[in-house]
Amino acid sequence: MADFEPKIVGFLCNWCTYAGADLAGTSRMQYPSTIRPIRVMCSGSVDSAYILRALLEGADGVLIGGCHPGDCHYVSGNYKARRRVTVLKTILKTLGLDDERVWVRWISASEGKRYADTISEMTAHLKKIGPSPARKLWSL
Amino acid sequence: MDENNKKIGAVMVVGGGIGGIQASLDLAESGFKVYLVEKNLSIGGVMAQLDKTFPTNDCSMCILSPKLVECARHRNIELLTRCEVESIEGSAGNFKIKVKKHPRFVDVSKCTGCGDCAEVCPVEVPDEYEENLANRKAIYRPFPQATPGAFGIDKSGACCECMQCEKACKAEAILHNMLEQDIELNVGSVIVFPGFDEFEPKLREEYGYGLFSNVVTSIEFERILSASGPFQGHVVRCSDKKTPKKIAWIQCVGSRDSKIERGYCSSVCCMYATKQALITKEHSPDIRTTIFYIDMRAYGKEFDRYIERAKLEYKVRYIRSRISEVKEDAKTHNLKIKYEREDGELVTEEFDMLVLSVGLDVSRSAKDLAEKLNINLNSYGFARVDSLEPLKTSRPGIFAGGVFSGPKDIPETVTSASGACALASALLSSVRGTLVAEKKYPAEKDVSGDIPRIGVFVCQCGINIGGVVNVPLVVEYAKTLPFVVYAEDNLYTCSQDTQDTIKEAIAQHSLNRVVVASCTPRTHEPLFQETIREAGLNRHLFEMANIRDQNSWVHMKQPREATEKAKDLVRMAVAKVSLKEPLGRISLKLTSRGLVIGGGLAGMVSALRLAEEGYEVYLVEKEDTLGGQAKDIYYTLKGEDVQKFLSKLIEKVTSNNKIHIFTAATIEKIEGFVGNFKTTIKLNSSLKELEHGAVIVASGANEYQPTEYLFGKDKRVVTQRKLEELIATKKLNVSNQSSIVMIQCIGSRCDENPYCSRVCCSEAIKNALALKKMNKQVNVYILYRDVRTYGFKEDWYQKAREQGVLFIRYEEDDKPEVKLNKDKLEVLVKDLILEEKLLISADLVVLSTATVPSEDNKELSQLLKVPLNEDGFFMEAHAKLRPVDFATDGIFVCGLAHSPKFIEESICQANACAARACTILSRDELEVEGIVAEVNELKCKGCRLCKEICPYGAIDVELKKVLGKEKEVARVNPALCKGCGACSASCRSGSIDLKGFSDSEILTQIGALV
Repeated sequence: MADFEPKIVGFLCNWCTYAGADLAGTSRMQYPSTIRPIRVMCSGSVDSAYILRALLEGADGVLIGGCHPGDCHYVSGNYKARRRVTVLKTILKTLGLDDERVWVRWISASEGKRYADTISEMTAHLKKIGPSPARKLWSL
Repeated sequence: MDENNKKIGAVMVVGGGIGGIQASLDLAESGFKVYLVEKNLSIGGVMAQLDKTFPTNDCSMCILSPKLVECARHRNIELLTRCEVESIEGSAGNFKIKVKKHPRFVDVSKCTGCGDCAEVCPVEVPDEYEENLANRKAIYRPFPQATPGAFGIDKSGACCECMQCEKACKAEAILHNMLEQDIELNVGSVIVFPGFDEFEPKLREEYGYGLFSNVVTSIEFERILSASGPFQGHVVRCSDKKTPKKIAWIQCVGSRDSKIERGYCSSVCCMYATKQALITKEHSPDIRTTIFYIDMRAYGKEFDRYIERAKLEYKVRYIRSRISEVKEDAKTHNLKIKYEREDGELVTEEFDMLVLSVGLDVSRSAKDLAEKLNINLNSYGFARVDSLEPLKTSRPGIFAGGVFSGPKDIPETVTSASGACALASALLSSVRGTLVAEKKYPAEKDVSGDIPRIGVFVCQCGINIGGVVNVPLVVEYAKTLPFVVYAEDNLYTCSQDTQDTIKEAIAQHSLNRVVVASCTPRTHEPLFQETIREAGLNRHLFEMANIRDQNSWVHMKQPREATEKAKDLVRMAVAKVSLKEPLGRISLKLTSRGLVIGGGLAGMVSALRLAEEGYEVYLVEKEDTLGGQAKDIYYTLKGEDVQKFLSKLIEKVTSNNKIHIFTAATIEKIEGFVGNFKTTIKLNSSLKELEHGAVIVASGANEYQPTEYLFGKDKRVVTQRKLEELIATKKLNVSNQSSIVMIQCIGSRCDENPYCSRVCCSEAIKNALALKKMNKQVNVYILYRDVRTYGFKEDWYQKAREQGVLFIRYEEDDKPEVKLNKDKLEVLVKDLILEEKLLISADLVVLSTATVPSEDNKELSQLLKVPLNEDGFFMEAHAKLRPVDFATDGIFVCGLAHSPKFIEESICQANACAARACTILSRDELEVEGIVAEVNELKCKGCRLCKEICPYGAIDVELKKVLGKEKEVARVNPALCKGCGACSASCRSGSIDLKGFSDSEILTQIGALV
């Protein structure tokens, strides 16, 4: 499993986590090139279907990045995201998918380091648990 | 009113550096016609020469370039390059100005910037943009992003008039016989930003500049670092073009040196030297970097953290020592530097390259300009300004800022530019909008039903992207993607000439969608959207791939992976843009009223300025009285009476009928968005709702309450503020024997508050000088870590030393001790020069306490949905170029809420906020982005879930006939919808979508990825 490079789909909210990811860049913090960020306006707009699609298409992990509790640019979108993912995780197991593959993290615009650390941590974790079984299912 | 007193709704901005650019943009956006006068061929100033900017390491050109483009295309700005002011007549409100336009010998309206002329030009001369490290032709464009982009001919001895260029120019733009022109302009106000020139290092001959080839100035080094510079961004030395192993920086070359009439501190060199050392390490980690300095002046927001990073992460070596001698090894051209080590031993060390951190001289044109404008200069030749009116020159109606009124960094320059605009705008508020033009766009092409034809533009960003990612490979890859009919790479996609290239490509290849792969959409999306709109495409037929901030910058050591990631990101962007549909913009009414949170000095200044600019203001203060922290400050370093100023200001604010003051009021709720905020305040236990279009946060900060050094236990231990009060109210007597010990950095630059509180060094010196004035014999000791008297404050530091104030440095890990010996106060401090403990008996111990963020910041930031930085101060949208804006439109920040600062700096920021708010409040209506939710009525079941979930009450359910059948469907009110997408994510039937971020668009992105 040593040469396995996980693929992470990131749904990053425009106001906090996407800005935090940019800050990691301006600060030149280095982290694994495993994430493919998708900018969304709010973590609360991340439909469960997006997460499922990403996993079924073979992503090894999905990161939903939002503002810290209380800081959501849209009042409460991050709470909605949290609730939605909690529910989704219970379903994931029934699909034979590991719920550890979906992470929700609150990363603010000033937390470039937290963003970089999160990607490193998540990459290490996914390496440990191995490729998504969905990858295998689809490679006919 | 007679003709001469009639006010004119136009402003002249003199100087096209970043300050002049910001001033022009703010004024042009607030309803004034602007003439931007620049003596060179292009606007951009020194910032255009810089490689990166501290403390964010942003690429200087990348953040400047969009501003250049905006200036060039703004309907209310007229660029007058190669122009100089000749004379001025008239008075505030109505000036007549003669401007001399030097011939450029190229017709700007015809020149396409193709460069064919320079190709054939046989004359090569040293290139001043490259600091003479490379050559240019006699016909030239100063730099690729120059604005205007037209070439010009240097006839000051360079051009040989061979006429080759004229033959080569197919646009017939070259006019060798162009003559000088006199232009007369009528304006209401003048804003002066002539900027600076770097210090001429030959004046400090002991460093061997000009004699030793490997001694360069810091500005030359900026060019060496730059990807577009003379060595393509390779750090090499001049003598043999080899990568040096050891580079040293010498600080204070042309600063803090009264022998050469530059007694002031240039304020920026400590930080830029650190930046250069850090960027050098990024280029070549094996180069060892050393900075020789006197005091490390990291006094600004996030500066100390930057220095720590340089020390710990990048292993930059800092040596506190003045360098008196540099010698060159004639064979190797290495440089031998003699310096005194911390332990006092003299050592000689060899370096392969030496960078002189040259100071800021006032622009060499400033003296002449000041004479022509009839404004006063100070003894150093900078504009003379008052600390309490930092933006006003000695002549009414003429405002100044930037380095012209004292050394400043970029954000302070930008702030003073906006601030100067507020004063001009207040002066001319009655004629706002009288001389402006409407912007006209070509009709939008109807692309509905057309097969996508996508153009992809991949930015090299100098070497920021191109140095890591294989850009040509990404371009080739992009060409293979579905619907992509055109792809190219650009050195800087954001430059003015690339905007033209994009427009041409749209026309030539009939593109109906565009992808730019470059930096972050958070800063650059509006620029490109404007470009495609000017080419007749809807702004939303556009997508960006962030291959710099979230790719090349964070995977610097993994070029292969970064290239793969760039391909993925481009593929995702192409997939998304192919599904994009045009979105309309919505015009909304707005409330032309401001809300200022905080009735301290900053809040009052911004409220007053907004009122003078013609807008009503709500001023909300939580305390019973106005005044804030300034109530405890009695005089400035220069001796101006703060209390007098404050009471006058309070009087002006309270007597202005446009300002509605609410004291003892708290903010309960803030709803709405730019142009249409609704804020609920609590006043005497009743609630009141205020409607306004902009918010200025001026909520202040607090003084750190010390627990150390017997404070609160012995009443002879006081804070610096208390001392000031004792002095000002004449409650303190000092005798010849009195001994007063001041201790600096109490609660600053420590683990708890790792930042510098900026004002404490100068405040201590201010009070030390006041004590010396009371009694020349009094003993005053200042125990410090670094003396951070930046700018002209350095003069007072020198004065304090001359008057016998004793400065004793201590180290962070060996702090002074304050003890009680029986009833006597004693201070024990290690003298680092004598290497032994000094025992000082003290009659008074004065603690220079930190400025700490207000405990209310957290709550206020949540109410406003704007971020705080790690230290707990409010975090602006961009540290360099948007210093008083928040990322959220319509909200601004000034004063201590932003970070610790002096009164004059708070006043600058407060004015800047008023100017920035005015760019919104002065509009008739507000165009908002079409990113709102949309209901597919065919699918909608009218279940009301979205209505429940919408945090803004923007969704209603109504009875409607759909396909001839009456049913209940959701309806989105676009004026209330903020585009968060919560409804779309929750909809059970998939019938509500966020435009621009629709389910299909995002699912396509995911599909394209895996």
